[in-house]
Amino acid sequence: MKELMQRLRDASIQAVLAANDVEDLEQLRVRYLGKKGELTGILRQMGKLSAEERPAMGQLANQLRGDIETAIEARRKELTAAMLEKKLELETVDVTLPGETGRLGHKHPMYNVLDQIKDIFIGMGFEIVDGPEVELADYNFTKLNIDEGHPSREWTDTFYFNQDSSVLLRTQTSPMQIHAMETRPLPIRIIAPGRVYRKDEVDATHSPMFHQIEGMVIDKGVTMADLKATLNLVVEKIYGKGTVTRFRPHHFPFTEPSCELDIQCHKCGGKGCPTCKGEGWIEVLGAGMVHPKVLAGCGIDPEVYSGWAFGMGLERLAMGEYKITDLRLIFENDERFLRQF
Amino acid sequence: MPSSPRERGKVNKMKLSRKWLNEFVDLPLDEVDDRAFDEAMTVSGSKVEVTEDLSREMQGVKVCRITALKKHPDSDHMWIAQADAGDKTVQIVTGAWNVHVGDLVPAALDGAVLPGGKTIAAGKLRGETSEGMFCSLKELELTTHDFPYAEITAAAILGDYKPLDPLKPSISPAIAPGDRIFGKVIAARVTGVANAGVNRWRVALEPEAVCETACQNLHEGDLVAYDTAKGSICTLADLHAEQKEFPHCIPDGIFILHEDCRPGDDMAVLLGRDDHVVEFEITPNRPDCLCVIGLAREAAATFGRELKLHEPVVKAAAGGNVNDLAKIVIEEPELCPRYTARMVKNVKIAPSPAWMCERLRNAGMRPINNLVDITNYVMLEYGQPMHAFDFSCVGEGEIHVRLAREGESIRTLDGTERKLTPSMLCICDKEKPVAVAGVMGGENSEIVGDTAMVLFESANFNGPSVRRTATALGMRTDASSRFEKGLDVAGTMKAVDRACELVELLGAGEVMDGVIDMLPKPIEPKTVKLEPEKINALLGTDIDEPTMRSILLKLGFTLDGDVIGVPSWRGDVEHYSDIAEEVARFYGYNEIPVRFTGALSTAGGFSPLQQFERELGQTCRSLGLDEIITYSFISPSYYDKIGWAKDDPRRDSLRILNPLGEDTSIMRTTVLPSMLEILTRNYNVRNREAWLYEIGKIYLKKPDGTAEEPKVLSLGAFGPKLDFFRLKGWVEEIFAAMALGRPEFEAESGNPSYHPGRCARVYVGKQLVGVLGQIHPQVAKNYGVDTELYCAELSFEALWALKGGTPVFRPLPRFPAVTRDIAVVCDLRTPVGELARCIRESGGKYLEELALFDVYAGERVAAGKKSVAFSLTMRAEDQTLTDEHAEETLSAILAALAERFGAVIR
Repeated sequence: MKELMQRLRDASIQAVLAANDVEDLEQLRVRYLGKKGELTGILRQMGKLSAEERPAMGQLANQLRGDIETAIEARRKELTAAMLEKKLELETVDVTLPGETGRLGHKHPMYNVLDQIKDIFIGMGFEIVDGPEVELADYNFTKLNIDEGHPSREWTDTFYFNQDSSVLLRTQTSPMQIHAMETRPLPIRIIAPGRVYRKDEVDATHSPMFHQIEGMVIDKGVTMADLKATLNLVVEKIYGKGTVTRFRPHHFPFTEPSCELDIQCHKCGGKGCPTCKGEGWIEVLGAGMVHPKVLAGCGIDPEVYSGWAFGMGLERLAMGEYKITDLRLIFENDERFLRQF
Repeated sequence: MPSSPRERGKVNKMKLSRKWLNEFVDLPLDEVDDRAFDEAMTVSGSKVEVTEDLSREMQGVKVCRITALKKHPDSDHMWIAQADAGDKTVQIVTGAWNVHVGDLVPAALDGAVLPGGKTIAAGKLRGETSEGMFCSLKELELTTHDFPYAEITAAAILGDYKPLDPLKPSISPAIAPGDRIFGKVIAARVTGVANAGVNRWRVALEPEAVCETACQNLHEGDLVAYDTAKGSICTLADLHAEQKEFPHCIPDGIFILHEDCRPGDDMAVLLGRDDHVVEFEITPNRPDCLCVIGLAREAAATFGRELKLHEPVVKAAAGGNVNDLAKIVIEEPELCPRYTARMVKNVKIAPSPAWMCERLRNAGMRPINNLVDITNYVMLEYGQPMHAFDFSCVGEGEIHVRLAREGESIRTLDGTERKLTPSMLCICDKEKPVAVAGVMGGENSEIVGDTAMVLFESANFNGPSVRRTATALGMRTDASSRFEKGLDVAGTMKAVDRACELVELLGAGEVMDGVIDMLPKPIEPKTVKLEPEKINALLGTDIDEPTMRSILLKLGFTLDGDVIGVPSWRGDVEHYSDIAEEVARFYGYNEIPVRFTGALSTAGGFSPLQQFERELGQTCRSLGLDEIITYSFISPSYYDKIGWAKDDPRRDSLRILNPLGEDTSIMRTTVLPSMLEILTRNYNVRNREAWLYEIGKIYLKKPDGTAEEPKVLSLGAFGPKLDFFRLKGWVEEIFAAMALGRPEFEAESGNPSYHPGRCARVYVGKQLVGVLGQIHPQVAKNYGVDTELYCAELSFEALWALKGGTPVFRPLPRFPAVTRDIAVVCDLRTPVGELARCIRESGGKYLEELALFDVYAGERVAAGKKSVAFSLTMRAEDQTLTDEHAEETLSAILAALAERFGAVIR
């Protein structure tokens, strides 16, 4: 009997190792370990053994069962792994084939930049206001301390809707300063981006319609130091940390003192190069302390409140950001242009 | 607020010679170099655009004296010259014929740089060494305006004669001295040439004669045409010859110097080019800085140096008084606040001295003659434009400052006839205009060679009036661009005195006694109170009062206690904030601390409406649409292009009275033409597809003349994979994503811009939101587009109004759903949308979802009918839906469909 079992062990393990797929293995399991299997057949002969021999033989038989099961299981694992490997190989794809994409739309590059600016100011407690483009001369000029004789009021410069020059297309976003001062509770911290219009023929750097971003703060104790701190921060956010700025006296009728903010040319580090036209500096925006006359004209007591304002051109900013060389591209809206950003 | 490129055009440029500046402030170049000067001036408020080192443009050009001259052995027109260059002798080959032994000429020696960047190297010309090049005026970037004596006259040299027709020469090649050419003109040989002064030569001839000539191209041995009657050597003009007949006898050649100079002298220094010229951009509020003295004042304050001003002194030794000869009447005191004049007699018109020419040239002006140059010099120095009249041309000695009369005209100094209108201020004599006030003088009173008496005008004119006149006449001059900013009324007297002082200095005439000074309204001095605390409060600084006072004094302000006297030239200063700017400029904008002084007192953030607009854009982009930005103005003809009827009330647009052109002349009342224009552009450049959106304004007229400016969401597309339902899908997705409720679509066949069978109005409930569909093929054709265009126009305000509140959570279903499909047959024309609405209305509480899955019309249904199949999902919230409930729901639906549409189950 021991011999029988030994033979069964040899034959079955050899068969298991030779099995080529999981089905064969299952058949072998039935053949050797099944209810009518060969091991059962051998065990049936246990009755012929003596009572002393039986436990030892039983133990041997159990061991044999265990060994065959182990062998089958091991082989099954091997075969499954091999099968999976084969399947994976069959499923292999050329990963260099193009991906399947839906179509995503693109924001206009200029509004990319505008949204970035809005986010910067919102982070500093500003709100965004919008206002009329068809504007009264009063708001576009008079209340901004731009008197009747000023050249920007000429019909050669500004688009008018009526003969008495009282309704026009706003030439700047600055009338939003007046609207904000007249309608909003104090303190005020706003930016007002929008379309503005000037009588310029279309060329690579001019357009009769373009965009500005106006900003204004009115509060008690607002100073030029505050203007500098805020605008320095904004410029750092736009142009990167460590951007060197310079404030330079300038003139706007509705701010006093007025200034322009330059950044040091990033290309040449201030030495002077074609990018900065040899000046070493690039003009970024105009700003100043809101003129006391303008405050008073809007019913705000300049003895109590003060404020500062700034304005910047959006097109120039976007063109600088993306190195766009021709302003016309902005308004032509060619898909091949739009989808670059 | 920011200065646009165009606005910068209005900013005036001022070229400042550093040498001239040094006359008023001691700022030598070797002490304050360009960089230091430019940066300091810029940050104190006078922005430097660029600085030009004039000497860099002319290097290695030396004065040479020609010591020997012989014909080039291998050329019919070149000369080989030996020249003394100071420290050495050089050989130079030249093609110019106007040089003679003894002449002083500019020579660009080996390694020289000429204006324009041309470099000169030694080399060989037809085998002969040439160690440089003699220079003409042009090569030194000069003209005869700079050096009138350098005008060249050329004699016709018979050896250079090239007959127009070789077979029929007018002058025989064999002609010999003494032969007749025509009339009294004979051929003669030059036997000797001797210089007889500037541009004068004494020429000895054979047959024997001696004559004087201005022709500079004569040398011993030349054969010339000699007019025995006039005793002169003939020029080409005298022979009625064409230039090509005498190709080398040209009125051009080397610049023969008659300056106080020696061989070896540097031409750059001789021409005053050892100077640096700083170009400033002056803001319109500071016309006082459009002159050397104004900038000197700024420079003195910037660098803390003394400003050395000069008080003009006029001897006026001529006798006689201007008041006895001239009378001035200001008829328009508003437009001419002051008119000051002085008289010069025994005028001697001549070129200006070199120093004056240099300064004018370096400031960008051309020297003309001493009198004209003096007026320009004074304008550059004092900022006060001046004019010089030939007094003999001022009828009856009367000057009337008046508006032009209807029909009057004047030929201005530039030779153009100008029609004048009654809004233009003119300087007139008793009858006619003799100048356009502050803009340009008239030819009728121009200073000419024989002018004997000159009236100097130094006046003040109203800025806007001058600007408008100059614009209307299309001539912005150096004078008008200064006047238009509003000049200092107090400045006229000093300027006219300075001009007279210069007349005496240059010996250009004799100044008469007296001044005519018409000042209709006295000048009122302006004062501002000095309030140091307020200034510091505005700037965020703690500048002490003595510092403020010292800054103001340096700029010419006066101080009397705390009362600041504003100098007459500072029309821009009237308020303590202006004083704050003055203090800040010289304290240093960049010294003002960087400090958040106010507490963060506002919350900030996007408003819900702005948030909605952002999300709407985001949604459009997630659908694949690209954002565009279009012009707000359009052409009225675009309404025709989109098919609107002539009387469509929507055509009532705000019209720009002074548009750039027809295409940008009215404010759009619809975004459709803007979108179609962009689609067309994309189509025309052969882009395969374009899917676009814009959230843009339209402009609707209000009774008060202003506009309502609502926003519109505009979608537009063409390309493959596009049809009505793709477009509709976009709209549906937008409604779903933005939680705007369920849109209903109603066929629209009457919109002239859209395809009558592929257009729908979009509603939510009764609220019309907009329109969408395929653009009418005729409209597409109007744009030259031969493909299907799809557009939608949705009112942004309507979309916003539909925005629901924050979504409220609904529990996830706990019980399974039951799905049933139904197919009904109905009339072919019944809109599926109506069926769906009917199903939704009749489906009761169990109907959860409804999806169309088939529409069929054809053989298997009756003619005029169609079969429509829906899949219905039903569910109860509180239990598993029973069959009975499902059947009840279904029969209710079918009953409703049958009743409303006669639809029967298939």
